[in-house]
Amino acid sequence: MQIDMTVNGTFESDDVEARTLLVHFLRDAVGLTGTNVGCDTSSCGACTVLLNGQSVKSCTVLAAQASGEQVTTIEGLARPTGEMHPVQRSFRECHGLQCGYCTPGMVMAVTSLLAENSEPTEEEIRIGLEGNLCRCTGYHNIVAAALAASVNPELRT
Amino acid sequence: MIPAKFDYVRAGSLDEAIALLVEHGDDAKLLAGGHSLLPLMKLRLAQPALLVDIGPLRELSYVKEENGYVALGALTRHHDIATSPVALAGSPVLAHVAGQIGDPQVRHRGTIGGSIAHGDPASDLPAVLLALGGTLVAQGPNGRREIDAKDFFLSFFEVALSPEEVLVEVRVPFAPGGQWGFEKLTKRAQDWAIVGAVAARTPTGVGVALINMGPVPLRSGAVEAAVASGASAAQAAELAAEGTAPLADFNGSVAYREQVARVLVRRALERAGV
Amino acid sequence: MSILGNRVLRREDPKFLTVGGTYVADLDLPGSLYLSFVRSSMAHARIAAVDVSGAQAMTGVIGVYTNEDLGLARLPAIMGMTNAAMTPTVLASEIVRYVGEPIVAIVAETREIAADAMERVVVEYDPLSVVIDPVEARKDEVLLFPQAGTNTAFALDFGGDESLFDDCEVVVEQDLTNQRVAPCPLEVRSVAGLMTGDGRLEFHASTQAPHGVRDTLASSLGIEPDMVHVVTPDVGGGFGAKASVYPEEIVVGWCAQRLGRPIRWTETRSESMLGLGHGRGQVQHVKIGGTRDGIVKAYRIEVLQDSGAYPGIGAVLPFMTRVMTSGPYKIPRAECASISVVTNSTPTTAYRGAGRPEATAAIERAMDLFAREIAMDPAELRRRNLIDKEEFPYTTPVETVYDIGDYHLALELALEVAGYDDLRSEQERRRASGDVRQLGIGLSCYVEITNGMPNGEFGAVEVRPDGKVIVRTGTSPHGQGHVTAWSMLVAEQMGIPIEDIEVIHGDTDIVPRGAGTMGSRSLQAGGAAVNQAAVDVVEKAKDLAADLLEADRDDIVLDKSSGRFHVVGTPALARSWADLAKAAVAKDGNPLFAEVDLASPGPTFPFGTHISVVEVDTETGKVTLLRHIAVDDAGKILNPLLAEGQVHGGIAQGVAQALLEEVVYDLDGNPLTSTLADYSFISAAELPSFETRFTETPTPVNALGAKGIGESGTIGATPAVHNAVCDAVAHLGVRHIDMPTTPMRVWGAIQEVGIAAGTATERR
Repeated sequence: MQIDMTVNGTFESDDVEARTLLVHFLRDAVGLTGTNVGCDTSSCGACTVLLNGQSVKSCTVLAAQASGEQVTTIEGLARPTGEMHPVQRSFRECHGLQCGYCTPGMVMAVTSLLAENSEPTEEEIRIGLEGNLCRCTGYHNIVAAALAASVNPELRT
Repeated sequence: MIPAKFDYVRAGSLDEAIALLVEHGDDAKLLAGGHSLLPLMKLRLAQPALLVDIGPLRELSYVKEENGYVALGALTRHHDIATSPVALAGSPVLAHVAGQIGDPQVRHRGTIGGSIAHGDPASDLPAVLLALGGTLVAQGPNGRREIDAKDFFLSFFEVALSPEEVLVEVRVPFAPGGQWGFEKLTKRAQDWAIVGAVAARTPTGVGVALINMGPVPLRSGAVEAAVASGASAAQAAELAAEGTAPLADFNGSVAYREQVARVLVRRALERAGV
Repeated sequence: MSILGNRVLRREDPKFLTVGGTYVADLDLPGSLYLSFVRSSMAHARIAAVDVSGAQAMTGVIGVYTNEDLGLARLPAIMGMTNAAMTPTVLASEIVRYVGEPIVAIVAETREIAADAMERVVVEYDPLSVVIDPVEARKDEVLLFPQAGTNTAFALDFGGDESLFDDCEVVVEQDLTNQRVAPCPLEVRSVAGLMTGDGRLEFHASTQAPHGVRDTLASSLGIEPDMVHVVTPDVGGGFGAKASVYPEEIVVGWCAQRLGRPIRWTETRSESMLGLGHGRGQVQHVKIGGTRDGIVKAYRIEVLQDSGAYPGIGAVLPFMTRVMTSGPYKIPRAECASISVVTNSTPTTAYRGAGRPEATAAIERAMDLFAREIAMDPAELRRRNLIDKEEFPYTTPVETVYDIGDYHLALELALEVAGYDDLRSEQERRRASGDVRQLGIGLSCYVEITNGMPNGEFGAVEVRPDGKVIVRTGTSPHGQGHVTAWSMLVAEQMGIPIEDIEVIHGDTDIVPRGAGTMGSRSLQAGGAAVNQAAVDVVEKAKDLAADLLEADRDDIVLDKSSGRFHVVGTPALARSWADLAKAAVAKDGNPLFAEVDLASPGPTFPFGTHISVVEVDTETGKVTLLRHIAVDDAGKILNPLLAEGQVHGGIAQGVAQALLEEVVYDLDGNPLTSTLADYSFISAAELPSFETRFTETPTPVNALGAKGIGESGTIGATPAVHNAVCDAVAHLGVRHIDMPTTPMRVWGAIQEVGIAAGTATERR
């Protein structure tokens, strides 16, 4: 079936099986491999993207369900100038990534979390990231990155 | 990871969705948020031939106060319930529990109707509905009907909807300022409840219900009666395991679950002002 | 100003943060075919029949293969150490021995067809008796390999000194379980193989050891190693489980050789939970004895290692457990003996710490039990028994020689950061008031062995004509930040900015040899090799500069701030690295470079003290980790940012084992934790931010003064958390709770004591 959606501001269209998951549509049809698959039970959040600005697990959304909608992936987060988004910058400055596999999903989840809660406490961040698993960092620096980004005035611009 | 093949159709209207259910019978499943159904399909534990996507029927997403109820459209997403001023004011326990389901990504997609119609006794919302004495509204080829929450949950993953019916609305009492308690034991924050308890003051008294203590969410009739006759939270909670049939697994033996039920019911009652 | 010791941000990050890493599944390999496996649903059975006709008949299925089709030799015994009668075939043949064992390989045009075709293969089984519990397996009643006549795969037969505890006033014994866990890297196993025009097998692998992959594929497929080219893209974590080659990966190579198109295999997470090696899996018995005033005189640990169905690295890890038997304590007599048995479960492998967390967990629990027995504060008991800093190098009763350490410093610093006395006061207050939520404080003093294998490492540095540098390393990072770390080392030696240093790893054509990254060896072996190569290049450069500047070799200096060579006293007359690189080529056609095969300088022994503070809800048994303090010493720290990151990640996995994670099988060998929904992979919501400190006691063993840090966090954390939970309910009479201390286990332990004491009613 024909699926089309706007991904990172660009119109994308392809003919895929109805059972195609959004994550596979993004990776295979659109060619954006930044978003990763980490599990098969909607547990790990590595596949997190923004659907109409809200974080979703793209492995638990059919491409068909997202047809006609706006999707933002890690590749679309940086500013139009190419400058990293404040959340991306915070992750770098706080060493919030090691192997990088959970990172795109984690960054998108944090971005969505901060859009909904602009002054989160550490506890709110930790609970807000319960759907994003990481094996490398122990979450310590990810939480620090989220807190640092939350107080960055550029986040509002 | 890859579901079995299926056909997909977007319902343009509720009537169209119902017509498709009538036409295809057991071969068709409704798709709302997809966070109960798609995980099953990805493990090939469910293999419907046709998915009828009603997710885009946003007219079924609303939270409003009417006739002494908070009426929620079945396709209202958990996140929208948790942040709805009407829900927060009118049914704070429902808003709170909706805000605890799964994780933020799940709450951006999962719907109250999808969660309730799935019939999983480990889900949080069905127990809340029972404790509040809520009502479900279903629409089918023969029109609309209302079903009391206490009559809705039949068995493990089985609810009182015919295969051609669509759950369209959930109603709970409009109870601003009503005290409530919600206690859930999990190993990790994102896990399904090992055991959960909800206690809520409603216009008719204190409703108490249990999560994952049987094949369906359970109303704690014995506890409610004790509270109604003046028992303290601790006294009433001693009866929490009555009428339950929890399954044992590596997270909890029967004895453990029963004891946790007593503890959580007591704590929920205390929070609800008993 | 030196760059060493600074919190240099990672050069690797911008890519990961903007477009994501490139993992095997991201590679663009036109014309790819996709592999899937049909796996055993039985834990132990004879394969009665396999019908592949339904799958073969499907459109888009290219081939369906069983072990007979492969015609490959059985996989060899691990390091020649395990029972040779217990080696697996590449795909299961005749007998399946664990749920998840691959039986049939399917190659199809798309990932979807490969998945669909799996359902069309019909396997009939004749069930055999199952043995899951290593204690049961030890009885040799149900044999996995009748021809072996036993389930014992490997044994370390040391000790047996009956008089070990003769002069001990107090002796305490305990059974412990160090439970099976799943490594769960976020990226599952993922490989791709294709034949290139020159008849070589090009193999892309998510691995920790590319040269090992090359050599194993070559020997399994019967080709020369130089006919295999392994390329390692970004790897999404390994933790030890990707340090070896799996049978499925050999099948990918075999298919690539025959089908003329790239063959890709990326498992699902559910497959990975069954097929990627599991970690730990020891049943232990400890005995500790000493004086009533807290001097430990003797210690024994007996280990029963669960190897899983086919003995691999996991079966021989008790060797490493034994190496660290007596921990950081000056116990005069200590023994460790082990038996490794096979069971009908996933084979065990190395997992962060690989044998050493098991040793530390055992002795730290023993120390706490001993402290309890003599009514001594656990910190004080440790203080009295830690090896003193003047006693190094220190030879332990099992002949391990620890290099250097200041164990008391780490202990005292940890106690100070924790505010130990205040914690004990708060604990006392809650005990006195019978608070439902009790406080537990747990300690762990650890020492561990890094770079324990005798391999050296390869390092090469080459200066390009434009003055930029190419570094080649035999390590294989998968999150550790070697690009940043090695470029820091090279920048320090050569005075070249790190942005101008390229670090290449993971490609067996470009890097001729290497042992990969595991066992916390990389900095002290690989970094040291790269460092030495840089030193050698500087020396060669000075020779060239002396020629060019017509000066004495001894008068040449390298001004590192500018990266220029000049004659001492006349800095204006200088030559750049670019000048010298061009001069080298002009001189004899060779670039300015150095290659080093640095022999291993020997193992080093990082150490530290962790303190954990937990709250236990005594009504439900639920445990909350409130604080975790970690003082770790890995010698000279090259980049504290990276080192802290390793500690954080290690702590999380250590906490996870203590509180949450466990691979569970039922008695029929069916796995109950085979998805991430059932397996309690620890999340951010279960953890606090950690309080970490480093002490630095540089090691004399290598030129960098560095020890490994990668596994310390895990080794130190698990016993601290475990001890804290046991401590929280010790006043109720609970003596020990096995890991993971799930709510039900904790509650159950409290109940048992209450029932025994007559203070609780047993509810039916």
